[in-house]
Formats: sequence, structure tokens, C-alpha cells
Amino acid sequence: MSLNSWGMYPQVENNVLRFSDEKVLENIVKKSDNLIAYGNGRSYGDSALAKNIIEVKPHNYFLGFDEQKGLLTVQAGVLLSEILESFVPRGWFLKVTPGTKLITIGGAIASDVHGKNHHVEGCFSECVESFKIMLADGVVVNSSREENPELFLATCGGMGLTGVILEAQIYLKKINSKYIDQITIKTKNLRETFDAFEEYSGSPYSVAWIDCLAKGDEIGKCLLMVGDFKDDGDLSYTRKGGLSIPFNFPSFALNNYTVRAFNWLYYGKVGKRVSRQKVEIDTFFYPLDAIGNWNRIYGKGGFTQYQCILPKEISYDGLKEILRTISDSGKGSFLAVVKLYGKENANYLSFPIEGYSLALDFKIEKGLFELLEELDKIVLKYKGRIYLTKDVSVSRETFEQGYPDIEKFRAYRKENNMNNKFESLQSKRVGI
Amino acid sequence: MSYLLIVGAKSDIAKAVAREYARNGYNIYLAGRGVDEMASFVTDLKVRSGCKVQALELDVLDYASHHAFYEGLEEKPLGVVVAVGYLGVQSNAQSDFEEAQKIMDTNYTGVVSILNIIANDFEKRKSGFIVGIGSVAGDRGRKSNYIYGSAKSALGAYLSGLRNRLHISQVDVMTVKPGFVATAMTEGMDLPEKLTAQPDEVAEDIYKAQQSKKNIIYTKGLWRWIMLIITSIPEWQFKKMSI
Repeated sequence: MSLNSWGMYPQVENNVLRFSDEKVLENIVKKSDNLIAYGNGRSYGDSALAKNIIEVKPHNYFLGFDEQKGLLTVQAGVLLSEILESFVPRGWFLKVTPGTKLITIGGAIASDVHGKNHHVEGCFSECVESFKIMLADGVVVNSSREENPELFLATCGGMGLTGVILEAQIYLKKINSKYIDQITIKTKNLRETFDAFEEYSGSPYSVAWIDCLAKGDEIGKCLLMVGDFKDDGDLSYTRKGGLSIPFNFPSFALNNYTVRAFNWLYYGKVGKRVSRQKVEIDTFFYPLDAIGNWNRIYGKGGFTQYQCILPKEISYDGLKEILRTISDSGKGSFLAVVKLYGKENANYLSFPIEGYSLALDFKIEKGLFELLEELDKIVLKYKGRIYLTKDVSVSRETFEQGYPDIEKFRAYRKENNMNNKFESLQSKRVGI
Repeated sequence: MSYLLIVGAKSDIAKAVAREYARNGYNIYLAGRGVDEMASFVTDLKVRSGCKVQALELDVLDYASHHAFYEGLEEKPLGVVVAVGYLGVQSNAQSDFEEAQKIMDTNYTGVVSILNIIANDFEKRKSGFIVGIGSVAGDRGRKSNYIYGSAKSALGAYLSGLRNRLHISQVDVMTVKPGFVATAMTEGMDLPEKLTAQPDEVAEDIYKAQQSKKNIIYTKGLWRWIMLIITSIPEWQFKKMSI
């Protein structure tokens, strides 16, 4: 059985290696190469694909919780959704969460994921106290900002290329409601969208859904959603069975017209410029998780998500150019998400820098990779970078320019013999 | 809060059942062989749910110990889930009676021994629920696993009788018949994805069905129809088949 990534592209043969305990894993790591750890398979591209895949998800024990500090210790295969189910009813929430709760803790660290509150709380690594990792020689070590600090910088955001994360200690944050007070701001163009982000930058959570098929003066029109937790004491959060897409949609289901209709519907349902809603955690943070296997709507050929970020001072021109290029191409995205990020951290390969990020889905089809190449060139021109967790096609040149710390990362891997041991299709493709 | 007793607590289905009931507010007794091996799972359950959890040594094959085991429970459980299962190796069991006996005793005799004791207590209390995990393999004997299947079939008949007897005492007895489940027991088998349940799906099915007082469930539900077809094949035809 071969494993896929969330984008179902590329589809490649791989060996899935399971381990019952550290001893078995040590053997695997010592004896094999071309290894990469695999969590819940939610990275989009080829970053968790390799000849030999180590399945970490079955290792999902909770190991301890320090109520005083809000410090939770778990094995790396625990899903964020499991933490929410257990801890929201007790008044705790993740300090940092991406737009899906269906990822493992190991994956969250390896991708150094971020969420709607990046401008306030930073990346996932901000809430990581320490983790336990098996290195290339099969030895298990602890790493934190104090203990093996370089390993910490390399592993958070390091795409699994430093070893197999086994356990982690993470801080949770106190909440007093399962509801979020949401404000939705409707804008008419990209300038208004940027102004709205600035105006609401005091709000702890923010994200904008953008109509990327809009043309001319309307380019960049969006619905900006900002919010914060309510304080009503209602913590009755439960697991919900959602919808699911039982099979791959035929690929014609998602053409230009259906995307247009979706965008119109989304944009049209909000009347006033500013409106308020009371929404639940799952609606606010994880809208797509309600539809299991939504990746299947793109058909069995698969899809990719293109996510880039540009430095703040030149974001406006850059995003405008990117949006115009996409709009001209007629290749539409079901989802287009824009967000203003806060300061970058010191991790070697973490994605966020201070600026605006844009994320869009594309069905894999003829002409797509040419378009992505064109977008890469714009990103290169505006000194931006590509999110490795989503990427399936970035060129080595665009990647290297975006991540100036890559040399440090390469040197660290070499020094610790990680480069011949842990490799993904992506790391080979872009020469990490 | 009430306790759920899980017999055969080290299996993957048992662990998923424990998490499901703990999530729904139950305290948990985990009974099985090798309490030490369960220590980290006990912690997992406690941290996840904040419920009380105790791991208890129990060998289903040590029949003589069963009375003392049940008497030793400080607080008697509200319900019990028996998740004991030993697949064994059919080809060995055909020539080695010890293996055959181990399959029969683990899946049937031992379960009867412990459930007799619990059933009598529940009957006296006029409350409680009993869930026994059988198998679709018990619905019709096939050459690939009929010794295991016959033990599970016997368990099915036992639970059916128990259900009949205890109905008047308001004790609910449920038989669970899982099809393929992705567990350590089936590791390495090439199972069809659409027919294979994850242990947590099985646990969710069990919890829901038990709470709504179902009698017999298949999980995944599709197996009800598959087994209907398999049991409908005439014996003269069936005996020639390899399924």
C-alpha cells in the first residue's frame, strides 16, 4: 500500500514502515535511508513522500498535563482534533492552530504551522516547550530552546528532515467559551482589503477570503473575518460527524463556472460592509474539516495549493500582480486566502515573514505548472517565499532565494549525517 | 460516575472502546494480562478524559481466578465490554489440538466463565449492560478460519441466550460482529479499504448501539448485507467455494 499526500499528486510507490516501539524504529532508521516521517497526510505536495515512509500517527498517547502551566505532553501522532475534544470542555485551546485540526503534533512542528493569529502569537513552535526526536544514528534526544537549541531551530519548520519527532510538550491557552465573536468586513478591492487588515490588526484572529477571479478594479475584493473568543462560559464542545465526499469527483465538476458560482455565492451572502456573527470553534477555525476528504472534489488527478508570502512593504504590488496573472490565466481557485503575518522567527525554514500571504488551490491540469512557474517568478521578483508544506513544484532558485537560512540548514544536516538519511521527494527536488 | 469494565483490554478495539466511553464520562477498569504494559495507556486515558482508570490483572484462561477478580472490584461496573480475541493460526489448529483449544478457550470458554459471574450480579441488581465482541467469522464456517469462527459462533449463541434470560431483569446484552478491522490482529493482511473499519469507528458504533440498546450489530454496517449473502449461499455450492 502506498501513501499519498493531501493533494493526491504526485502518486508514487512507497514502502510504509511501522514501528511498535523505539527499538524497532531505531532499527529502521539505522538500516534504511530515503526516510521521511508521515503523520496524517495533510501536507499537500511531496514533502512527506519518499521511498520509505515512517508512519507516526498510530503513536497517539497523551502522556501528561500540567494544569498549572497548561503544559500538555503527547506522542507525536496525536491529532490536534483529539486535543480539542479533550481540552476545550476543560477550558483550554491550542495557542496556535492551522486551518485544519486533522494534523498530527509531529506534523505541526515539522511544518511549524501557523494560523489566523500569526500576527499576535507567531508560529506553532512558539507554544512548543520541547520535543523528543530520533536522529539519523537512531539516538533519541530532547530538544528545546535551551537543550540542543540548534536542533530546535532546524526541526521546527524543518519538514521532517532532521529526524523522527516522537513526543512533544506544548502549551495550551485558557478559553472560556466555545464561541467566537466574528466580525466580517466586505471590501471592494485589494487596497480596501489591506486597509481593513491594518484597521483590525488588534483583533487576535484574522483571515480574508478573496475572490481571485475578480477583474480590473475589483481585483482583491474580499471578506475579511476577524474575531476573538467570547467569555460566556459555554464549553460544551463535542465531536461532530460531518459530511464527506465519498469518491473522487469527475474532474469536469470543477471548471471555471463552478468556481465563479462558488465565489459569487460566498461574496453575495454578506449584505452590509461590516456584520457580526457568533460562530463555533469548528466553523471559525476549521470550516473545511466539516467536509471530510474535500480534496476529492478536484478529481483523481489531484490538486495543489500555491501559498506564497511577500514582504509587507511591497506586498500590495506583488499580490496585485499575482492576482492579475491568475485572473488572466482563467485557472480559478476554489479557495483563496489572504492574511497579514507578524514578525518572522529564527527557525531555519519556517515559512512566515512579516507581510501578506496568499494561498490558492489549483486542480492539476495541462498548463498549470507553466502558470505556477510564472507565479514563482513574481514571487522571486518581490523577494517572497513559498510554503514548503503546500508546495509541489517550486524551482530550486525560487526556493533558495526565499529561504536565506538554507545554507545553515544544509550545513547542520550534513554535520549530523541527516542528509543521507532523511529525504523527501521535495527535499531532493529543491536540493534541501 | 459509573465504571465500564473492559475484559481483554490490550486489544486495539478495546483501547478504542475505552477512549470512547471515557470521552463520554465513564470511569474505566482495564482488565487483561500484563498490567504493567497498560501503564502508559492508563495515563493516556486519564489525561484525555480526566476520568478514573484502573488496570487490573486478569487471565481469561485462569477460570478459577474469575470469582475473586470480580469480588475484588471496589465499585461494581455499570457495564462490561468483552473484547477478548485470539485468531490463532488455522492450519496449526488443525493439527495441533493445543492451538485449537487455546482458540476455543480464549474466545469462548474463558468468556463464558467471566460473564457467568457478571451476569448473575447484574441480574440481581436488575441493571447493567453486557457487550460481547464476536465476529462475522462466526456467521458461517469457512475453511480459512473455522476453528476461530466456531468459537465466535458459540459466543454468539451464548450471548443470545443471555439476552433472552436477562431481558426481564433490565440487563441489555449486545453482540458485536466486526468485519475487517485494522488492528494488530490483522496487521500484514491485505484488507479491502472500503470494508475495513478503524478501531475508533468500531468503538463509536459500539457506544452508540449500546446506548440505544441494540441487540446485534455489524460494524461496518455493510457487513450485515455481506453476511446475509454469504449465509444464503446453498451449502452444496458453498462447500466448493474459497472465500
